[in-house]
Amino acid sequence: MSEHALDHHHDDHAHHGPAKGIKRWLFATNHKDIGAMYLWFSFIMFLTGGALAMLIRAELMYPGLQLVDPNFFNQLTTTHGLIMVFGAVMPAFVGLANYMIPLMLGAPDMALPRLNNWSFWLLPAAFSMLIIAIIKSFLGIADAPNFGWTFYAPLSTKFGPASTDFFIFSVHMMGISSIMGAVNVIVTIFNLRAPGMTLMKMPLFVWTWLITAFLLIAVMPVLAGVVTMMLTDRHFGTSFFDAAGGGDPVLFQHVFWFFGHPEVYIMILPAFGIVSAIIPTFARKPLFGYASMVYATASIAFLSFVVWAHHMFTVGLPLAGNLFYMYMTMLIAVPTGVKVFNWVATMWRGAMTFEVPMLFSIAFVILFTIGGFSGLMLAITPVDQQYHDTYFVVAHFHYVLVSGAIFSIIAGVYYWLPKWTGRMYNEFWAKFHFWNSLLSVNLLFFPMHFVGLAGMPRRYSDYALQFADFNWWISIGGFWFGVSQLILLGILIQVCFRKKGAPVSDQVWEGAEGLEWTLPSPAPYHTFSTPPIVK
Amino acid sequence: MQSLPKRCLWAGLGLLAVTSQTALAAWQLDMTPGVTDISQEVFALHRTMLWWCVAIGVVVFGAMFYSMIKHRKSKGQQAAHFHESTTVEIVWTVAPFLILILMAVPATKLLIKMSDTSDSALTVKITGSQWKWHYEYLDYQGNTDISLAYFSVLSTPRDQIERPARASGLFPKGAAQDRYREDGNYPEAGEHYNMEVDKPLVIPTGRKVRFLITSDDVIHAWWVPDFAIKKDAIPGFINELWVNVPADKPGIYRGFCAELCGKDHAFMPVVVEAKTEAEFEQWLADAQEQQKQEELAAASSIDKTFSKDELMAEGEKAYLARCSACHQPNGQGLPPTFPSLVGSPFTVGDVANHIDIVKKGKNAMPGFAAVLTPKEMAAIITYERNAWGNVPADGVDVVQPRDVAN
Amino acid sequence: MATKPTQYYVPDASPWPVITAAALFILFYGAASFIQQESGSGIVQNEGTYGKPMFMIGVLAVLAMMFFWFRDTIKESLAHKNSNQMDVSYRMGMLWFIFSEVMFFGAFFGALFYVRLLVIPWLGGAGEEAMTHELLWPSFQPMWPLEITPSGETTQAMPAWGLPLINTILLVTSSVTLTIAHHALINNERGKLKLNLFLTLVLGFSFLALQIEEYIHAYRDLGLTLGSGIYGSTFFMLTGFHGMHVTIGAIMLTVMFFRILKGHLTPSNHFAFEAAAWYWHFVDVVWIFLFICVYWL
Ligand code: HEA
Ligand code: HEA
Ligand code: HEC
Ligand code: CUA
Ligand SMILES: [Cu+2]
Repeated sequence: MSEHALDHHHDDHAHHGPAKGIKRWLFATNHKDIGAMYLWFSFIMFLTGGALAMLIRAELMYPGLQLVDPNFFNQLTTTHGLIMVFGAVMPAFVGLANYMIPLMLGAPDMALPRLNNWSFWLLPAAFSMLIIAIIKSFLGIADAPNFGWTFYAPLSTKFGPASTDFFIFSVHMMGISSIMGAVNVIVTIFNLRAPGMTLMKMPLFVWTWLITAFLLIAVMPVLAGVVTMMLTDRHFGTSFFDAAGGGDPVLFQHVFWFFGHPEVYIMILPAFGIVSAIIPTFARKPLFGYASMVYATASIAFLSFVVWAHHMFTVGLPLAGNLFYMYMTMLIAVPTGVKVFNWVATMWRGAMTFEVPMLFSIAFVILFTIGGFSGLMLAITPVDQQYHDTYFVVAHFHYVLVSGAIFSIIAGVYYWLPKWTGRMYNEFWAKFHFWNSLLSVNLLFFPMHFVGLAGMPRRYSDYALQFADFNWWISIGGFWFGVSQLILLGILIQVCFRKKGAPVSDQVWEGAEGLEWTLPSPAPYHTFSTPPIVK
Repeated sequence: MQSLPKRCLWAGLGLLAVTSQTALAAWQLDMTPGVTDISQEVFALHRTMLWWCVAIGVVVFGAMFYSMIKHRKSKGQQAAHFHESTTVEIVWTVAPFLILILMAVPATKLLIKMSDTSDSALTVKITGSQWKWHYEYLDYQGNTDISLAYFSVLSTPRDQIERPARASGLFPKGAAQDRYREDGNYPEAGEHYNMEVDKPLVIPTGRKVRFLITSDDVIHAWWVPDFAIKKDAIPGFINELWVNVPADKPGIYRGFCAELCGKDHAFMPVVVEAKTEAEFEQWLADAQEQQKQEELAAASSIDKTFSKDELMAEGEKAYLARCSACHQPNGQGLPPTFPSLVGSPFTVGDVANHIDIVKKGKNAMPGFAAVLTPKEMAAIITYERNAWGNVPADGVDVVQPRDVAN
Repeated sequence: MATKPTQYYVPDASPWPVITAAALFILFYGAASFIQQESGSGIVQNEGTYGKPMFMIGVLAVLAMMFFWFRDTIKESLAHKNSNQMDVSYRMGMLWFIFSEVMFFGAFFGALFYVRLLVIPWLGGAGEEAMTHELLWPSFQPMWPLEITPSGETTQAMPAWGLPLINTILLVTSSVTLTIAHHALINNERGKLKLNLFLTLVLGFSFLALQIEEYIHAYRDLGLTLGSGIYGSTFFMLTGFHGMHVTIGAIMLTVMFFRILKGHLTPSNHFAFEAAAWYWHFVDVVWIFLFICVYWL
């Protein structure tokens, strides 16, 4: 608290600690409070989206329609995808950014604290629209969006249910939230670094977030644009996606994927940053190839703008287009490979220990790479025309998203939780959580490669008999993985609310480096009011 | 404490081993090599890619596991301090790049080959619509006057598909509830469950067949894995694709609709029957003849008057085939999107509106003027106006073909 | 006057952001219901009547929140609570926000180019799309502006050299006067500042008036509407969103004008003015692109 004595020349209540009661959260301008809200929000969304996935898996456990009608099934798939992507993964990364970037840069807070609060509170507003829709559908009142998280026209325009318009505005709100969040991150990084913290001294998590924020500002407005076109096509007679008026349904896909592909890197670049923080800590060895990691991240982001049509290899693009997008997509394997190799080189001849954050990070590297491999296979146009819209694609993106993005988030939470709370989580239960997650996630998603190759299309509410056995195992894996995440919920409740767990030192992890570890655990409410000097 | 995770690991691995064994017996694990030259090349390329990935995986994961086993603190390992090497960075940038070029070359060649739709013997126009395929023979060896066209619809009976797990309640909306069986004895699914249709597409073997594919409503995708062809059906545009089934491979090939197209996306399979050239020509002649007969019958039926019973009987059949996907066999529909026809303003109101909506459609309701014969349409409308306790307010409970014909 | 603090300023907890989020929720929820109620699209019909009032309440609430929120920031600025660092943060924030707006327009420009360069030729049978033309749109003639759509709707195009040219001149001039005003602000020439800012406003609002005039002309005389095929769609969406941005920019400048009359904004502390000016220049640049790509070529 001593540094606060310095800034008493302007009188300011906020500097004396958190406000009391609900106002602390509703009116929050403190990056730690807002970060914590983001993280809890995303976890709740993860459970919600996961609960929908459990219903999907229950229906698909056996052939035939047992539990839900096909229309509702499509609503489950759509809402699951939307909630996981926009509600679980993205806000979790924004939460980590909010909490950690100021600590890592030696900044007192985010650059635009009120804007930060607004970015967060837009999310519950946006998602309540989606969740109201799915609840209404449960009750048989109205249909929720049922056109997949990619909402291709004209299924979503001419044929979309009434809730589509609510969905459109919900996407607008998510977009505003993400753009404002990203502006905040960029400005914080450019403007609030402690003296001596040059760009090339920033932790990789900050670097990856800087690039992610740039991607967000570049593509979220495009998403807003495409949903706006949808809205006017639906209600104001425009013909963007209608050939009769000179438009083209494929135009929708171009604009959507111009957003959508960078979007998937938005969901993985911060993960790279987290893992690049954790592996050196537990290998007790500096990150190998820091500079090349930065350049690789930038290359991935750059390439992500010119590969979008690899999602559209079957829409009948001209041959030259297909070839161009194939080559560009394949190129992404190079910088991503550089990252993987650098992580391996960091582990090489280190002195490793395997605490839970490390376990999740190692699992991340391996399983993400497997997902990357299947991505590369998908990039090969002639073969993708076989894979496209089958469970092979579903397997691919769950490997990069669940055992990629989600695992990295979990790793980050275990890694920084002691810093946030000052208490160590229960090691046994955390390991139990890890091993259950690791095994079940593979039982859940690995056989999806097989059913996909054997020909099972995605977004199917029912399937032919030859897919039956594996789907049963996939569902078992799904339930197992779902239940395993409740262990995490238990651990977090213990540490955060029931205040259980051994107190930790400031350093927490033996090999950890960076400004955040110079602070007390838990980090005080206001940190770095006077910037530290970085050598 | 330490050993529990390990025990879990072994249990898990054991479980996986058991599964994969039972699975191997019943299951196809890999992509089908298919029957055409193209599909076999696609398969070969897929395998090449797969093995490259496995090889790279072995190297990368091998290094990781070696390091995890050898370089652990508990073994007294001291951490090294190297953290940079431009040479290595260059090596592991260039090496994958070269591998990628090796992959790109065959892929490019194959793609070019697949895009060439010239010199075909037969041209068929395929139109997807919710949730059926329409096949129209346009051109066979220069003869553009074939005038053969028909719909192809899923033929798996609904009571094989709907097996509700609960008698009532939230989940199985609409008709599925009626099918709930206390004893769980649902009809067995047939061998080609969900992959069978009333009328397959018939093509000749040993000949290049060109498909022109489009859609009436939303985007669908026409896919036959054995031919390794999949193309989106886009409303307002035509995509082209082709297949040449080897002369010695006649048979029935099954596929799917592969683009989310609404409620019954999972229930619009593709079935292609490849016949030898002679058999195909025979079939073509027969099918043309049959279609001509049907058209004659339909034309003459316009002037006939049918009894209510006759219309009801045919109406029920046609209703179940054409309308029940949306409006459900019990007429209750799946509100709010698919309205109930029980006591609806259309089915018990002014008959003109009823005829109109069935012919022309409205929003998500397709128009059936081109799909149904006047007699079928009259039968369906008659059926709808009398079934499920409906009593028409305007007293018109029988509709004759001539009523709908103009 | 106190000197600027060197310390970083973290604002007090503020109620406005969360209420703004709630207000936006009401606004959008109302808007969706309202659209479904009103539009003759027939795709969906919402029988409720709460849409319109809910939407209006949302709009009012958002405006009120903006008022309170900006009032707080203005107060802070006047109280010299903002350090130079804070000032830089605001500037950067504004620039990145404008970048996001550029990308929003990019989506619509992208759609325009895609349609003009690819879709229209394809529908006319170019490239590999011969069959599309032959089987589906046999009588369609590719052209731009698309005066006859594939389904046969007709319209007339908006010529470039009438009102649009005048509008271009108005906007470009307004950018010049605004720059003069900015320099005047920096040099503390208040009279010149007020005059030029006022001129800018006059030019801006004239632009808007003419734009409305143009729309009336399009709807009434040319038969050019939002529903006139893809030409109408791109025309109205691009010029419409531009017009919306001009309106926002003009409101921002109006606020600046009144603040300047009240003596706010000094040569060393006028971020708000700069932000509004940047926004105005951005809107101007978008217009130039519009003039070239939508009206002229
Ligand atoms: C976090 C999210 C994420 C990430 C990181 C990726 C990464 C990649 N994705 Fe994926 N993708 C998705 C999320 C993601 N994807 C989603 C959600 C979809 C489906 C959307 C939908 O339709 O709903 C999708 C779909 C998708 C498709 C469309 C499939 C189809 O619908 O037909 C394609 C096709 O090219 C593709 C390719 C790739 C490639 C090449 C990468 C690359 O970035 C991977 C690079 C990584 C590696 C290659 C591994 C490491 C590298 C080495 C060890 C070096 C050496 C390796 C070699 C030389 C082989 N993805
Ligand atoms: C980050 C993104 C993300 C994540 C984490 C997941 C997680 C999971 N996903 Fe999903 N998925 C997508 C993104 C994601 N998915 C996307 C984008 C699609 C495409 C959508 C589309 O086609 O449009 C998709 C589609 C998709 C499908 C294909 C559907 C279809 O094609 O019809 C399936 C099928 O099995 C599936 C399953 C699962 C499962 C079992 C999990 C599991 O990991 C979930 C884990 C489960 C839990 C975390 C639940 C824990 C909670 C409980 C057990 C009870 C809690 C109770 C309450 C809260 C009341 N997902
Ligand atoms: C693709 C799904 C689908 C199929 C197949 C379908 N319908 Fe419909 N039907 C609809 C939808 C959707 C509506 C509601 C249209 C609207 O009002 O927007 C509808 C409305 C109707 C109505 C008016 C009911 C009311 O109260 O609004 C009648 C009558 C009707 N259909 C009869 C039929 C008949 C007869 C058939 C078969 C020959 C059929 N439908 C096949 C989807 C379908
Ligand atoms: Cu048709 Cu899916
Ligand atoms: Cu992609």
